Amino acid sequence: MKKLVQDFEVLQRKELNDEHFVLDVKALEPLPEIRPGQFVNVLVKDSNTTFLRRPLSIHFVDYERNTISLYIKKIGDGTKKLGELKEGDTLNIVYPLGNQYSIPNNANTLLVGGGCGVAPLLYLAKHLKEAGNKVTTLLGVRSEKDAVELDAYKEYGNILVTTEDGSFGEKGYPTQHSVLEKEKFDYVFTCGPEPMMKAVAAYSAQNNIPCEVSLENTMACGFGACLCCVTETTEGNKCTCTEGPVFNINDLKW
Amino acid sequence: MVNLGVKLKDLSLKNPVMTASGTFGFGEEFEDFIDLSNLGGILVKGTTRHHREGNPYPRMAETPSGMLNAVGLQNKGVENFCNEIYPRIKHYDTNILVNVSGSVIEDYVETAAMINELEHIPAIELNISCPNVKEGGMAFGTSCASAASVVKAVREVYKKHLMVKLSPNVTDITEIAKAVEAEGADSVSLINTLLGMAIDAETRKPLLSTVTGGLSGPAVKPVALRMVWQVFNAVNIPIVGLGGIMNAKDAIEFILAGATAIQIGTANFIDPQITEKVVVGIEDYMKRHNIQDINDLIGALQVQ
Repeated sequence: MKKLVQDFEVLQRKELNDEHFVLDVKALEPLPEIRPGQFVNVLVKDSNTTFLRRPLSIHFVDYERNTISLYIKKIGDGTKKLGELKEGDTLNIVYPLGNQYSIPNNANTLLVGGGCGVAPLLYLAKHLKEAGNKVTTLLGVRSEKDAVELDAYKEYGNILVTTEDGSFGEKGYPTQHSVLEKEKFDYVFTCGPEPMMKAVAAYSAQNNIPCEVSLENTMACGFGACLCCVTETTEGNKCTCTEGPVFNINDLKW
Repeated sequence: MVNLGVKLKDLSLKNPVMTASGTFGFGEEFEDFIDLSNLGGILVKGTTRHHREGNPYPRMAETPSGMLNAVGLQNKGVENFCNEIYPRIKHYDTNILVNVSGSVIEDYVETAAMINELEHIPAIELNISCPNVKEGGMAFGTSCASAASVVKAVREVYKKHLMVKLSPNVTDITEIAKAVEAEGADSVSLINTLLGMAIDAETRKPLLSTVTGGLSGPAVKPVALRMVWQVFNAVNIPIVGLGGIMNAKDAIEFILAGATAIQIGTANFIDPQITEKVVVGIEDYMKRHNIQDINDLIGALQVQ
């Protein structure tokens, strides 16, 4: 899959809550094939403390509108600057980067997301549904105001939520949700904070369910040149940007 | 038509733009973005006698106008390079230089000797300045005696162009440059990264697993320029300048300070097409200043 560096046009910025927003950016040329789990590396302008690009998961791809959606959490000055982009602004993007989630057929699949780790799960849910899978998306958030875009996930299957304060859905963490006891899943996919992913990985391992996680290691280049974003695997250090970000838990030293 | 071609002694470059080792993989990583044949040369990833896993994650920290890295020369060893990688990249229509590093002199010598046999590798860059390995590496490049001893030993087995990459983490870089020139180095490249560190005040922890690492990017450019200028006034062999070059203007500044060629490193991460843009930008500068030959700019700094 050829990697590109291109200017995109900002179409829309949707504020989801105080911290999170979705940026829809339009390619000026027809988009190449983009697989669920892949990411982009965006150039941030006018931020003194942002020297490197910012790697962001691809939240959704709309080939009819020729757009990519990015789900972004305002963390530092770089992501805050991205949160100030307006319709018509330009965003320079290196893409599509990384590998992809596996897409089984006719399986009962569980997607577990937490924080801004939910970013790649919507596009994954779409692909899973199209391949004839049953899709359950389980989002772990702090409180009700963080439970966003639920209707979008409903398009592709069941949506469940846990909140830490119990204000919405079931109280607790995703791995405490009752669905894990009630249902037998064939595949688990997860993205989010490492403690959450490790808990999901432990649940999957205990129940002998194949599980893929998406890692968010800090990186400089995003395409395998700098060797900064390595993760320890059973076959030695591997670049998260080229041999990930999606890894089967059996290959990680977790 | 302006002339962009330069010579590092017997090594001809179609233009002065090269890539810095450790920022350009084996060139393959950039084939989607640029035509490698438009570059004067590429420096492939640091290669050692034996496989190295490198340092644990985290290996990188962003800093103001730059970044720290502590990759630690992760590579699969020289035999893997000769047998697996070289056959894939030897057809590139540009100079391919291998950056050679080691922990002990014997490692440097054996690695250099093996690369000497590769027909399409016209030069090596001897890395006596990596700050991220526990033994060897920078230790060789921070004293005249050890720098001289490793260059002397490699010179005996390596018959092609021998470039030596110098460390800025020294009191007087001209002394090291003179020492390696005296032992037969054909050129020097400078600077490698500056030793630095970064701390997360909230967690009270270092941002790198190794605590310290190598600083690169525009933050180091003034230091690099100064050292190129000093070395230009101290040795007679050609200089390859690097350190924070982000555009053609930066590249011209290094050439004016005395560099015959330049290397682009960290900028490749931010714009994977930057090398081609710098070649075009240098040509534009020459046309704008009515300069026919790039060689007329080398060391052409006008100091009153």
